[in-house]
Amino acid sequence: MSRYLVRRLGFVVLTVFLTSIVIFSVIQVLPGDVARVILGREAGQAAVDQLRQELGLDLPAPVRYLRWIADFVRGAWGESFSLRTAVLPLVARRLSNSLLLAAVVLGLAVPLSVGLGVMAGLRQDSFLDNVVSMGSLALVGLPEFVTGLVLIQVFALQLGLFPASSSLADSSGLGGKIAQLILPSLTAALVLLGYLARLTRAQVIEESGKPYVRTAVLKGLPRRTVILRHILRNALMPTVTVVAISFGWLLSGLIVIEAVFNYPGLGSLLVFAVSRRDLPVIQAISMLAVVGYALANLSADLVYAALNPRLRLE
Amino acid sequence: MSASQGGRSRFRQAVAILFQQRSSAIGTSITLIFVLAALFGPVVAPYGLNQQLTSATFQPPSLAHWFGTDQLGRDVFSRVLLGARDILAFAGVGTLLAIILGATIGLFSGYTGGVVDEIIMRAFDGLLALPAMLLALLLLASLASSDLSVIIVLVVVYTPIVARVVRSVVLSVKELAYVRAARLQGEGLGWILYRAILPATYPALAVEGALRFSYAIFLIASLGFLGIGFQPPSDNWGMMVSDARQLTSAAPWALYFPAAAIAVVVVGVNLLADGLKRIAQTPPDPRS
Repeated sequence: MSRYLVRRLGFVVLTVFLTSIVIFSVIQVLPGDVARVILGREAGQAAVDQLRQELGLDLPAPVRYLRWIADFVRGAWGESFSLRTAVLPLVARRLSNSLLLAAVVLGLAVPLSVGLGVMAGLRQDSFLDNVVSMGSLALVGLPEFVTGLVLIQVFALQLGLFPASSSLADSSGLGGKIAQLILPSLTAALVLLGYLARLTRAQVIEESGKPYVRTAVLKGLPRRTVILRHILRNALMPTVTVVAISFGWLLSGLIVIEAVFNYPGLGSLLVFAVSRRDLPVIQAISMLAVVGYALANLSADLVYAALNPRLRLE
Repeated sequence: MSASQGGRSRFRQAVAILFQQRSSAIGTSITLIFVLAALFGPVVAPYGLNQQLTSATFQPPSLAHWFGTDQLGRDVFSRVLLGARDILAFAGVGTLLAIILGATIGLFSGYTGGVVDEIIMRAFDGLLALPAMLLALLLLASLASSDLSVIIVLVVVYTPIVARVVRSVVLSVKELAYVRAARLQGEGLGWILYRAILPATYPALAVEGALRFSYAIFLIASLGFLGIGFQPPSDNWGMMVSDARQLTSAAPWALYFPAAAIAVVVVGVNLLADGLKRIAQTPPDPRS
């Protein structure tokens, strides 16, 4: 078990390291001079050169990488080009909003999709199964902004049940905040639902056909016990991993969803920063995303190890 | 039996399988319709992309304007039809380049093995640890907004995925007798990679290509919606949707039809990919 953990931890560190190089090189080595971006097109070459020196842009790339990563670890994330404020507090506030949204999404999507997927898988080719299979396929194909706009149209503009914008600005207390969270989290949950329900269904069908399940049925175990103790235990293992992996996917989706609903999270900040070429903000958010993704993978490994005795013995 | 005859009957068998199942038949038909729209859209579209009919603004869908008109009197049907070429061409070119580059890297990396393989695969791990949308935004933040940038984004995002898929096929066939025979015969690396091993990856490549194509449409539409990588005025469906957001009460059809076009084509290509997967798993008909 401990050897397994050490190996996984090493893998996480390696991934974060490699991805940080990707982020660094995409932003700093590719064309487009940071000093030029800050000062604008009209600035004189002398001023640009001076700023390049101040920012250390004239140093070789590996040195700049080490400086940058050291600054990131120390929490010195610099100042936003476009907002002229420190990046760390800005990003931290947005991060807490995004985490809140992500938590609500997972809380909605995981129980619902596992429940639907298991029911569909146990009654293969039934009406429910067809609805779940076709519905989840359609949900996976729908871009998040389409789903989001349809939900706004129906639930906000036609029925007037929830606010169309979720900017959390006019916080009418806790109730207003919750109402604003519902449509964006429903949008993300619907897409995740399609993905997870399909996977769970396929796993349940695969496990149900295995010899050990037939043995369990033939030796007279009640159906409930066969399903709960045998099928689900094995069928849900890949789902656990996928929930964690879908974190990265959820992140992609949330970037768009936050923009649709005007939600003040990391995603909408990222879109804003990209449109202004605000590199310090872009770098900080990307690094946070990568660290979060790696941690989600690690926690999936831990849960997987807890569920799978073969790994514990290693 | 000659090889080309076997190939042709295999193709016929594949088409038969595609149209056997209702879902993949629907998917294939949808994909074909959109490809036709992309090819012939400019010929059949009743109005131009930005042609403004000042006397016919905010028209609901009717026989004259199938999808209605927007606040400037632009015919939504023509706009959606004309947008097909843009999005399918971007997605197609990007996917094709990613398939070519990914297949080449995957073949080379998987066949060579050792340190080179390890380095390439770890570098791809680093790329794949970034969610696709994030990687796309990162690249577009440093590249200029242009058509080329969007293609570059698709290639960078999808090449590692294709390379991984191809590599896994290479690993499973590279020690088979016919590859070893080619090696012993003294065939060159290029011949072994492209003539001996590459055909074994065709089924996986076809499935992966269709899947990547649908995700590429999805990604391009989403980027267009966010207004990143595309300059207005653009015939990107996602950008049409975002432009029409202010019209949700006055002309909701201007929003619904481009949005529906995106959803239908993505689901259609996805169903086609499902069908291709089934073909890839079906052994060739022994009678042919």
